[in-house]
Amino acid sequence: MDIKDIIKPENKVYSKSPVLLDNVMHYCPGCSHGTVHKLIAEVIEEMGIQEKTIGISPVGCSVFAYNYVDIDWQQAAHGRAPALATATKRLFPDKYVFTYQGDGDLASIGTAEIMHACNRGENIVVIFINNAIYGMTGGQMAPTTLMGMKTATSPNGRREDLHGKPLKITELIAQLEGTCYVTRQSVQSAASTRKTKRAIRKAFENSALKKGTSFVEVVSSCNSGWKLSPVKANEWMVENMFPNYPLGDLKDI
Amino acid sequence: MKGNEAIAISAIRNGCDGYFGYPITPQSEVMETLMAEEPWDSTGMVVLQAESETSSINMLYGGASCGKRVMTSSSSPGISLMAEGLSYLAGAELPCLVVNVVRGGPGLGTIQPGQGDYFQACKGGGHGDYKMIVLAPNSAQEMYDFVDLGFELAFKYRNPALILSDGVIGQMMEKVELRPMKPRWTEEEIIKMSPWATTGKTPDRKQNVLTSLALDAAVHEALNHRLIEKYKQMEEEDVRFENYLCEDADHLIVAYGSMARVCENTVDLARKEGIKLGLLRPITLFPYPTKEIQRLVPQLKTIMSVELSAGQMVEDIRLAVNGKIPVNFYGRLGGIVPSPEEVLEAFKKEINK
Repeated sequence: MDIKDIIKPENKVYSKSPVLLDNVMHYCPGCSHGTVHKLIAEVIEEMGIQEKTIGISPVGCSVFAYNYVDIDWQQAAHGRAPALATATKRLFPDKYVFTYQGDGDLASIGTAEIMHACNRGENIVVIFINNAIYGMTGGQMAPTTLMGMKTATSPNGRREDLHGKPLKITELIAQLEGTCYVTRQSVQSAASTRKTKRAIRKAFENSALKKGTSFVEVVSSCNSGWKLSPVKANEWMVENMFPNYPLGDLKDI
Repeated sequence: MKGNEAIAISAIRNGCDGYFGYPITPQSEVMETLMAEEPWDSTGMVVLQAESETSSINMLYGGASCGKRVMTSSSSPGISLMAEGLSYLAGAELPCLVVNVVRGGPGLGTIQPGQGDYFQACKGGGHGDYKMIVLAPNSAQEMYDFVDLGFELAFKYRNPALILSDGVIGQMMEKVELRPMKPRWTEEEIIKMSPWATTGKTPDRKQNVLTSLALDAAVHEALNHRLIEKYKQMEEEDVRFENYLCEDADHLIVAYGSMARVCENTVDLARKEGIKLGLLRPITLFPYPTKEIQRLVPQLKTIMSVELSAGQMVEDIRLAVNGKIPVNFYGRLGGIVPSPEEVLEAFKKEINK
């Protein structure tokens, strides 16, 4: 049997989603962004909503999300994606609108925008990538940086007396009555990746049901910022990030 | 109606899709009127009180990206907060309308009228090389009319337009003639008119991405050149101004907005004394009526800029005149609006120096 006899559509067990573009990703090897992008593209494909979905990309490494997911995109100023999403969803109530934001974007400079969009219960999806560091600007301390964690702006480790404790923004978001679904997931294993995909799908479905804001945190690795190999970064995440940011649903109405 | 109310009513009647704002004196009547009118039940217009001016302007970025007619209004300190967003809107080439009912500054300043935001409106305010189309109304009627004109110019150039009003025009009550209603655009019309908008990627076209980011130096320089070309086109095609008794004038006052109303009376007073004084009222502050000033210079002995500021527009007049004749300045601050007589005295003092 020749290899050409095996490569047939009916024998295929996996293929790249057509909602993913062919551009080579600029993300570092081991970064979680690529996996989450893939999940979003797959959910959009499976729900058949490519023509009705508008993404809002942040400032940070994932500013270029529009180069990879083949939908219409707006690129927001740092932290302001929920404001763009609010107007877009209200002006196009039948479309699916989501923001894609990192921890610096969402939990630091954009706290006002995310809190108020969630409190108003905008029918949008928020994908929150928490890797406890500013990736694009070169590994500075984020609000979610763990105690003792070394970063470019906390070279001797985060200290409570200097920087306060990590901001548990997702716990705060879950308290807001406008949110219907708040969950914390990860993509460091095949099993966790499948769970995250289910969470993203549920979030998009909620937005069609007009139940309020759905918020999916993905605890992520930044091996370049953490100065670890991809494998070691995953291990470090399980050992250090998960105890501080435990996985699971915080709210599901 | 009040100038501020005229803005709100005009937005509803001119097919505006969304207003996003934050309360600040002296322009809160705009959002108050909209909320009382409840246009979401009549035209379907969205009205939302945002958590801050920062959010308002970013809501405009979202709404403008959808190809919708979106607007906000604020006053000086609020516009400062919007400066970042205005730069992003200009960089991403998004049309929107912003109304600044100017108060006195700097800082929290005063809630009394001022014209101290001329530089901010015409010379940037946010970062980078960009310009806004700036319209200066001098009546409640023009507040009404410039909403439609502002949207027209914003969409013509895919650029933010700003109505630079002040506390006098915003709070003043005058008769306003309502023009015929214009409907809101349908989604089909938006897709046809603004094929760049994020209306959802269909198989017949590539994805639309609205961003001001261009990390490649050559691509970014090309973007800047495209913007510069657009600003040049504005200067060629969309300069607006009004002349009052200029054709035989020996001397000229240049004033805009509420100050132009005062200075019209100053011209009448001067004419009664036999002084051949005229008034030029710029209606667009960017693009500025530079050529009209240059046309008048050969017949003039002096020009005086009269502003509710420490002297901002006077710099554009001096650039136009280029040292050929004296350009004087008279201004009041703190919300004090000078009388026509006071302006005449100041003018006479300058020419008799």
